Amino acid sequence: MTISTPQTMYEKLWQTHLVEAAKGETPLLYVDRHLIHEVTSPQAFANLRFHNRPVRHPERTIATMDHNISTRSIKIDAAGEGAANQLRALGINCKDFGIELFDMGHKNQGIAHVIGPELGLTLPGTIIVCGDSHTATHGAFGALAFGIGTSEVEHVFATQTLRQNKAKTMKIEVKGHVGAGISAKDIILAIIGKTGSAGATGHVVEYCGEAIEALSMEERMTVCNMSIEFGAKAGLIAPDQTTFDYVEGKEYAPKGDVFEQAVADWKKLKSDTDATFDAVLTLDAKDIKAQVTWGTNPGQVISVDGIVPSPEDFSDPVEKESCVNALKYMNLTAGTKMTDIHVNKVFIGSCTNSRIEDLRAAAGVVQKYEGQQVVETIDAIIVPGSYRVKEQAESEGLDKIFTDAGFEWRLPGCSMCLGMNDDVLEEGDRCASTSNRNFEGRQGRGSRTHLVSPEMAAAAAITGHFVDLNA
Amino acid sequence: MEKFNTHTGLVVPLDIANVDTDQIIPKQFLQKTERVGFGVHLFHDSRYLDHDGTQENPDFVINKPEYKGASILLAGENFGCGSSREHAPWALQEYGFKVILASSFADIFYGNCINVGLLPIQLSETEIEQLFKLAPNAQLTLTVDLPNNTVTCGELSFTFSLNEFQQYSLENGVDSVGWTLDKLDTIKAFEAKMPAWQ
Repeated sequence: MTISTPQTMYEKLWQTHLVEAAKGETPLLYVDRHLIHEVTSPQAFANLRFHNRPVRHPERTIATMDHNISTRSIKIDAAGEGAANQLRALGINCKDFGIELFDMGHKNQGIAHVIGPELGLTLPGTIIVCGDSHTATHGAFGALAFGIGTSEVEHVFATQTLRQNKAKTMKIEVKGHVGAGISAKDIILAIIGKTGSAGATGHVVEYCGEAIEALSMEERMTVCNMSIEFGAKAGLIAPDQTTFDYVEGKEYAPKGDVFEQAVADWKKLKSDTDATFDAVLTLDAKDIKAQVTWGTNPGQVISVDGIVPSPEDFSDPVEKESCVNALKYMNLTAGTKMTDIHVNKVFIGSCTNSRIEDLRAAAGVVQKYEGQQVVETIDAIIVPGSYRVKEQAESEGLDKIFTDAGFEWRLPGCSMCLGMNDDVLEEGDRCASTSNRNFEGRQGRGSRTHLVSPEMAAAAAITGHFVDLNA
Repeated sequence: MEKFNTHTGLVVPLDIANVDTDQIIPKQFLQKTERVGFGVHLFHDSRYLDHDGTQENPDFVINKPEYKGASILLAGENFGCGSSREHAPWALQEYGFKVILASSFADIFYGNCINVGLLPIQLSETEIEQLFKLAPNAQLTLTVDLPNNTVTCGELSFTFSLNEFQQYSLENGVDSVGWTLDKLDTIKAFEAKMPAWQ
């Protein structure tokens, strides 16, 4: 009898996808699913044409239009000529190379990381890549999912494989249960606040513990989505009955006996009990409060009942200087109560927080304010993550709750998360945003972003400032 | 991809931590379908005073006359964090950079640099600090020797390492797609053993 070394989930995913580890070469991994969009694919297609190479597995490749589309119109040129040019190029490329495309107005269209899961394109035990750093979202299913550059997009097109160095592993355990009103966004922001914005560089993170197990699939996606925001290569959550129930019956998911076999295989994915990780971080769920970022990277975050920190609060010279720069850019004074910060823009959307549960949570907060309206000086937009989410929300009357309160109900897309379309902040705007990055200029040159949960964003729209909803 | 052997060039110090890819190349310049035309937009928001990029910001280090023509970027920790846009290394390369030195890089950005032939060199924090101390006072010129994995600057000499295959690929200008396509039989054999659901 041989005694096998205990393995982490990452190691199991690695082993089951290792095509070859030739001497002197970076290991070659098989890619099960490739999601593409208009921004990071055109140059990859151009190189395929130049070398006269086909896409090896068009059926493993799915395309959507999401990054720079208008959220006001389904017309391809509604967000400008540059965007239209890229969108048209995607249409031509998909046609020429035989790739299924969810284009403007298609019932399956939406943000890549929203449609993958909802269509059953995202499966546990697979490797999923996309030319987008928030591909880590799919790790919520126990899939090894990560963002790649355009050269790698081309490599996957031509070979259905990628060369990858083995990452280190980090376990993040969230013990116990979060308090009432604490969202998945608060959990992940609290984690990033602990690790700092580069705390997991070089690592694949596995989230575990009671608080993680208790999350729905959509909440798990929110957690995994932001793995890149503290430098992680990918984020993983062990698939369980919650996962299998979610996947079963989805359009592209396996059916019947094949599904049963899949579940049997997926059950073996979780990390072995004695598996060792290169790094371990433990948090108590009960200590996690509602979070708001105050700075210009997602690690610069604090509880909503806290105050804007001072450079003196940091001993590390780099963090100290980052704080000085962030306060200047954000036009904030140390010591200001977070609940005294007023915003003039609100964005509810993005691959982090645009799913039906996010919209229900935001609508729930709006209803709690019983008929109160969005502050007159605030522009608040709601951008569902996909047409399916939009349709579901409308069938539940959520759109009506939002529009009655003065929110704008838009069409799906990446929208103001990165502002590649016309949903851009003006210089000096201050935005409560459910997206994932508060970098300088991310939502528009000179604009200021505070990352929050959908609940907090909705409350900020109605009250004009951040609110401790659990106080 | 062009082969990389040795390079000697002027260093420009950008002493800021966590420079993300949105700062390297903002989103409004990503709407191209070609690989060229990004260099002029490199560091746009810091480099130009106006939205259209017609007025250079004289205070931004890259615009200073003493650093014109620099081909080596000395950067702060966690350089290239954020999005996976390969447009960031394309922009750096088109501007004229051949080498980036930092104490740490974000993973996706690092891989993208290797894939386009822009050499990311990770040195220790102490070594990077030494260079940051030297750079503002003198026109600092460095020589990077990839085959010998050294960075030399006068009497200072540092060593660095790269993953074996990445080193080979950069030195030989390997067409990585072509290299893998030569192994198609191995890939097909792998596919033949995959379970039905996969």
